Amino acid sequence: MIILEDVSKSYSKGAPALSKVSLHIEKGEFVFIVGDSGSGKSTLIKLLLRELYPTDGRIIVNNTDVTKLKHSRIPKYRRGIGTVFQDFRLLKDRNVYENVAFAQRVISVPSSKIRKNVPSVLSMVGLAEKYKSRPKELSGGEQQRVALARAIVNNPPILLADEPTGNLDPKNSWEIMRLLEQINYNGTTVLVVTHSREIVNTMKKRVITMKKGVIVSDQKKGGYIDEY
Amino acid sequence: MSISTFFYTLGQGIKNLVRNKLFSLATIATISACVFLFGLFYAIVLNFQNIVKQAQAGVAVTVFFEEGTSDERIAEIGEEIKLRGEVSKVVFVSAEEAWESFKNENLGDYVDSFGDDNPLEDDANYEIYLNDVSMQNNLVDYVEKLDGVRKVHKSEVVASMLTSVNSLVGYVSMGIILILLAVSIFLISNTVALGITVRREEIAIMKLIGATDFVVRAPFVFEGLILGLVGSVLPLVAIYFIYDNIVTYLSERFALINSLLKFLTIDEIFGTLAPIALAMGVGIGFLGSFTTARKHLRV
Repeated sequence: MIILEDVSKSYSKGAPALSKVSLHIEKGEFVFIVGDSGSGKSTLIKLLLRELYPTDGRIIVNNTDVTKLKHSRIPKYRRGIGTVFQDFRLLKDRNVYENVAFAQRVISVPSSKIRKNVPSVLSMVGLAEKYKSRPKELSGGEQQRVALARAIVNNPPILLADEPTGNLDPKNSWEIMRLLEQINYNGTTVLVVTHSREIVNTMKKRVITMKKGVIVSDQKKGGYIDEY
Repeated sequence: MSISTFFYTLGQGIKNLVRNKLFSLATIATISACVFLFGLFYAIVLNFQNIVKQAQAGVAVTVFFEEGTSDERIAEIGEEIKLRGEVSKVVFVSAEEAWESFKNENLGDYVDSFGDDNPLEDDANYEIYLNDVSMQNNLVDYVEKLDGVRKVHKSEVVASMLTSVNSLVGYVSMGIILILLAVSIFLISNTVALGITVRREEIAIMKLIGATDFVVRAPFVFEGLILGLVGSVLPLVAIYFIYDNIVTYLSERFALINSLLKFLTIDEIFGTLAPIALAMGVGIGFLGSFTTARKHLRV
């Protein structure tokens, strides 16, 4: 599903953000990526989204060699990856329904399908009743659930969550993690970048630990490692 | 692009316009000024061309024949001249007709002293009328080389003056229009760039979700097209109602103009002005928005 072979990424200044990283993630896996700031987690996510291009190495996602991807093919490639961010990134001038429908509108899904899909995915994240609410009328946890609904409404085989609980209290954080687990249970490969020791240690999933651009640990049912 | 995406992106384009009201109004005002001036100069140029055409109808090249040229050869010369593209009409004036005309115009009571003599018996000629006065010299060069032609008269001053005034009006209007075009494109570009800045977050999300370049850019191109369309329709409406008033005013105020010239009607001018002005407005809108969206929205 996701294969990285000796992937390096250097910016113009300073040490490389990633250095010869190799990684193999199977279809349907749930993986935590942990590490301090500057360890290369965000660079890894950006490379997978093809927001950045690797300096060296090869990245294969959903059988597509991302390093050979033509510019015109990037949009179609990204439709196979749902993304969730720490700051939710919702459109403040639109209600919950429109925020989720937006993800389908911009990839030309017919209106009849949008009318069917959006209520269904809002029910799944528990926000069917609040479809008319604007983001500012929702709690942080609810906003993140809208972002999750938007990320999965197009049924992507992969979901990337970059610090999805970073702005949430423990109760809401666990609600989001349970939803991610449910999405993974339904067959979606889930990668979660997080700093939450408690979540990582409790959920007992695969944990990849990064430090200074390299993978220092890859545990099948691991926990949060503080020192390397 | 599906129908729902078309209407969605169109709706977003209209929202952009409303969101950046002041910039949109400034852009429409500039395009309107540009198209209005274009329309104004276009009307002047068309009227001037009409005046030139009226004048050209009276400007003729006169061709005289060598003594003893046969009637057959004169007829052949006439046929050869008629084949030229710049020639609109060829009229044969016999020696008798030339003398009659001269007598009526110049001699008055002294005509009897000539008796039956015709002093212009060698002055049978062709009067040649042109489609385009500027081609007069080419025609004269050609006719002078024909066998049997003795002399060619041309009215160089009128021809060159009309041609050069027409060109001058054309160049001046073209210069002003080009400057206004550049300003319009610059303003549309700024309006669209502002819209892109305001919607940066939304654009970033669209790109992550997998929207194509086309869908990301479409609202901004629609915005430009609408600005261009509105900016060209408004001055066209203004010109439509103002033109008749100006012509009426000029005709009443300056009676001399009215006796010399016949202005074109607004319908005669609008037949070509409307499509050109609309294409110009929409073209400015498209060019300004598409290039800016392309520059700022590489996915």
